[in-house]
Amino acid sequence: MSEEAFDAIVVGAGLAGCVAAYVLAKEGADVLVIERGNYAGSKNMTGGRLYAHSLEKIIPGFAKEAPIERKVTKEKVTFLTDDTGVTLDYHNGRDQSPVQESYTLLRGEFDQWLQGKAEEVGAQFITGIRVDEILTQDGKVIGVKADGDELTAKAVILAEGVNPVLGEQLGMVKPKVSADAMAVGVKELIELPEAVIKDRFNLQDDEGAAWLFAGSPSNGLMGGGFIYTNRTSISLGIVCGLHGIGESDKSVPQMLEDFKNHSLIKPLIEGGKLLEYSGHVVPEAGLNMVPKLVDDGVLITGDAAGFCLNVGYTVRGMDLAIASGEAAAKAVLAARAQQDFSAQGLSSYQSLLEESFLMKDMKLYKQLPAFMETPRIFNQYPKMVADIMHEMFIIDGTPAQPLRKTLLKHCKEVGFMNLIKDGYKGVTSI
Amino acid sequence: MTEAVNVDVKLGVNKFYVDEGHPHIILKDNPNIQEYRKLVNACPAGLYKLEQDGSVRFDSAGCLECGTCKFLCGETILEKWEYPRGTFGIEYRYG
Repeated sequence: MSEEAFDAIVVGAGLAGCVAAYVLAKEGADVLVIERGNYAGSKNMTGGRLYAHSLEKIIPGFAKEAPIERKVTKEKVTFLTDDTGVTLDYHNGRDQSPVQESYTLLRGEFDQWLQGKAEEVGAQFITGIRVDEILTQDGKVIGVKADGDELTAKAVILAEGVNPVLGEQLGMVKPKVSADAMAVGVKELIELPEAVIKDRFNLQDDEGAAWLFAGSPSNGLMGGGFIYTNRTSISLGIVCGLHGIGESDKSVPQMLEDFKNHSLIKPLIEGGKLLEYSGHVVPEAGLNMVPKLVDDGVLITGDAAGFCLNVGYTVRGMDLAIASGEAAAKAVLAARAQQDFSAQGLSSYQSLLEESFLMKDMKLYKQLPAFMETPRIFNQYPKMVADIMHEMFIIDGTPAQPLRKTLLKHCKEVGFMNLIKDGYKGVTSI
Repeated sequence: MTEAVNVDVKLGVNKFYVDEGHPHIILKDNPNIQEYRKLVNACPAGLYKLEQDGSVRFDSAGCLECGTCKFLCGETILEKWEYPRGTFGIEYRYG
């Protein structure tokens, strides 16, 4: 290998890539990040909210300087039908340590900030260049080919995102991921004055709201709607499982449009101006889709590795991407100390992940993707809850029924066995 | 239910650098129509269109580069799927 080879080349300047570069450069490693967009974040989008814990450990107090939008203090979960909504609303006014916080953010700005942090400690970035190929020699990864140039490195960290074309090229990621492992997300960023956002969502100062919706937003398919409040905009979107989308009587963009026009949502965004329309695939199969993570001279991180957790009331990807970027960097540093960049030399990546929350959480929720395939969660249960509420709160002169009778009647419509089965499966998979 | 969505208007607010003459997605000549219908529903950018006469119309210019079509239909529809060359394609100003 030539002497000018980098210690590591990172493909992709998203969260996993920038964090890996930061951790490596901070320890004096020679690292180059190659990003196909014109700047870090230019190809990236999030729902989105970042759970701070993993980045907090790497850059303590990051939220004081990073371009975050709002600190989430309000959590809402709503069962939505076409014309009703039943909401659980948690206001969290407790004092929390920084690792417990979560923040709404926008990736364009945030990723550029993170790139800046990595550059400060010596990482090099080139943007606007697409990596076309991974270079191998005798079955070992030795670098990348980008725009006709060949660049060599002792290790390549693939942080290329949810559609890992290079990981597929290496055969580490199975190319034909089945559609039921994936969901598609679409988002509108809607501009509103800061005072209006605070009023409509009952927020003080830099507080923010995170709001998830199950039921009609994804047209009865696996998925849901979301709203996150930013400083002067609202992130509003839906996520829909690709399994069954062929039979849907609504397109994904139409689902988003109908969600926006729902009588519960419409007043919240009234008068807003569309700033951007974005889309992204979400890897939802959990542990079942995690590829081969390490091979000779190469590691896979973040979305490319399928690191994502959708538990229904929380959706996580960015905190996992950050933790995996850090683990990959540490593994490269360990390999560098031994001068062994083989799969064996890099194997601490796997063990670091196993020891961290990342694999523990992925394992804990490994039954959940299958449970989320239960269509009743997204069509019958939202209706059942709405029907019960309707009978409780609507007084029209019809003689009242005991509450237990009302409850039993609606449970019977779904089927007691289904309720017991889903209840048991649900509880045991979380 | 609301009016039929016009995705093109939404894409109009986005910033794209179109790589003229180098489409990064190319469909097969006679794509499987059953498979194609999935993409009519799933593509966030609504790029997979079906005309009144049943013919297909596709333009990769408004692509958000999400990969949905690749995951959902792969080779049944696609001759080629790659990311646009460096600097081209969608540029999220907010994300």
